[in-house]
Amino acid sequence: MSPQQTLATDTAVRAPETLTMAAALNAAIRDAMVDDPTVVLFGEDVGPLGGVFRVTDGLYAEFGETRVSDSPLAEAGIVGTAIGMAMYGLRPVVEMQFDAFSYPAFQQIVSHVAKMRNRTRGKIPLPIVIRIPYAGDIGGVEHHSDSSEAYWTATPGLTVVSPSNPADAYSMLREAIASDDPVIFMEPKSRYWSKASLALPVQTEPLNRAVVLREGTDVTLIAYGPTVKTALATAEQADIEGLSIEVIDLRSLSPFDDETVGASVRKTGRAAIVHEAAQFGGYGAEVAARLTERNFFYLAAPILRITGFDIPYPSPKLEEYFLPTPDRILAALSTWEWS
Amino acid sequence: MSLNVESTPLTAVLAPPPLRLIDDTGHAVAESESGGFALPAVDTLLGLYRQMVIARRFDVQVTALTRQGRLATYPSALGQEACEIAAVAALAPQDWLFPTYRDSIALLTRGVEPKDILASFRGDWHSGYDYPRHRIAPQATPLATQALHAVGLATASKLKRDDTVALTLLGDGATSEGDAHEAFNFAAVWQAPVVFVVQNNQFAISVPLDKQMACRTIADKAIGYGMPGYYVDGNDVAAMYAVISAAMDRARSGGGPTLIEGLTYRIEAHTNSDDPTRYRKTADVDLWRSRDPIERLEKYLRAQGALSDQLRDSIAAAAEELAATTRDCMTEQAVVDPLELFEHVYSTPRAALAEQRAFLAAELDGDAAASASAPLNGAISGTNSEESTR
Repeated sequence: MSPQQTLATDTAVRAPETLTMAAALNAAIRDAMVDDPTVVLFGEDVGPLGGVFRVTDGLYAEFGETRVSDSPLAEAGIVGTAIGMAMYGLRPVVEMQFDAFSYPAFQQIVSHVAKMRNRTRGKIPLPIVIRIPYAGDIGGVEHHSDSSEAYWTATPGLTVVSPSNPADAYSMLREAIASDDPVIFMEPKSRYWSKASLALPVQTEPLNRAVVLREGTDVTLIAYGPTVKTALATAEQADIEGLSIEVIDLRSLSPFDDETVGASVRKTGRAAIVHEAAQFGGYGAEVAARLTERNFFYLAAPILRITGFDIPYPSPKLEEYFLPTPDRILAALSTWEWS
Repeated sequence: MSLNVESTPLTAVLAPPPLRLIDDTGHAVAESESGGFALPAVDTLLGLYRQMVIARRFDVQVTALTRQGRLATYPSALGQEACEIAAVAALAPQDWLFPTYRDSIALLTRGVEPKDILASFRGDWHSGYDYPRHRIAPQATPLATQALHAVGLATASKLKRDDTVALTLLGDGATSEGDAHEAFNFAAVWQAPVVFVVQNNQFAISVPLDKQMACRTIADKAIGYGMPGYYVDGNDVAAMYAVISAAMDRARSGGGPTLIEGLTYRIEAHTNSDDPTRYRKTADVDLWRSRDPIERLEKYLRAQGALSDQLRDSIAAAAEELAATTRDCMTEQAVVDPLELFEHVYSTPRAALAEQRAFLAAELDGDAAASASAPLNGAISGTNSEESTR
């Protein structure tokens, strides 16, 4: 991302109001559309319905059919046509509705969205934002709770980010839309209804930076998207037990902020990463490997991964056994030798 | 499921006769058989003839270079010149072309330099021309994916109230892909100013069309999407040009998309690594050679008195000149800087890529120091340094 892109919004600073993450995302798209007439929005049910999570509520009424449109129900078609639009000077923001429904678009994303700029030696950049509501903990039926981030982070050419709170949701989406690079914007469904008081347009840290949400001295606990809340709860609980946990919200999965995370790990000497996706070949494996390679002599213990099991995402009655919890995280940390 | 390899393929047996304006023998068809399309003016046909002759010479030249091992690969369009050239000739300057790997002669016809077309086939980079200048997308390798890009660009043109039309070239095999279906459907629903030109060359590498689909023609599928479809003799450049031009006009005036199928034949192998004798008979290839699109138009033009020996020779000479240019560009040292590998992946610099770039740079410096007599560029482009022999 361009560092500190100015969010030159025509919209004046508004009075603080309590917003859900869904509403903050909605405001981000709206403000981007007000500021930049080349921003267009389309996908399944994003028009009059306002999206199944209401993230695009009211935008069809405000901007009309030429800027906001329901597309046929076909994800490769949505992403493929977004590519053509971007080639002609538009900035499409498209929605995949649910994580697992992005898979039909896999080829368009991996073979073209990610590679077009490189293939054309920079002559055809693709400023596209692909919004993907992801992860579980919403009691969803099969195919509605996948954490698909590792598919995207394993693909050079994609920028992959995930906000964990309403302020970041607004600021990061604004920056993603303003970016000349394609961005996979992963929205944690379970956090859509989390609330914060925001005076829009709010600008948080740059899109490519991780942030230390809570300082600590004993352990660096790394999380993103839906598990940031879990990590913070873990730190609260640990505090009572006399363990000081530093919580990092990655925000950007690709690129990875080696600087911020590495500094924390060198300070605490112990690190663990928490995500919902399965462990084997998951994003946490990359985090553990690169932190170890770069900070081995600062580490007092192996880096741990507290993740979903290596199984398909379970049915609603069983998801509580799958998702990482503070207790499970603390139990994992207790397996370290503490001297 | 039996494969009809005796003469004409199954689809051609089931299908109605394709629309044509000039028949196999080089005669104009009766007006009653022309489907309401007028034969293009003689000057237009002469221009198409010239472009087809030049394109074929280029194609033959590049195939020869590939056989000499000087290009990584080259998918030939020999025999398909009528489809390729008609499609490009029907474009206005502001229009965009979305080609596949087989459509190099379309690029050539739209003005891309041979050296830029060959950049990808000789391995310099994945693609190598000036896309916005020529208004040509990179040649797509994943089948039918580019059709969606064409629909998107056409839709953006419509949203901006521009008069740009997108034309995409597809093969018969590609119509089996989901992306082809999605492109046809999105285009029709959105009434996008886009024209789909399917070159039915009857084989997807080795697989004949009757194993791709069970309907009579690809053009028939247009009905299901709610757009016009035309089944055209793809070796009749006059018909292809007339039908594509009408579709471009309709798209430009707000009439939406059109699906055009040109029935043709891939005379050459799929690529140099293919052996077509394993899946088709020489007799079939010979039959289609006898239906050559260039010879057909030549007969017509000569009967019209529009193509003298002198003019034919001068066009042939221009084609030879282009072949020479094409050979020459192979002898140029194509210098590809390995450090450019990191340059275009993102518009925003990444620390991790900067580290990897520095790593490679150090490796290269080490190599250079270790062997001062073998400069880097020689090592990289050494395979392209032989003198041309043809």
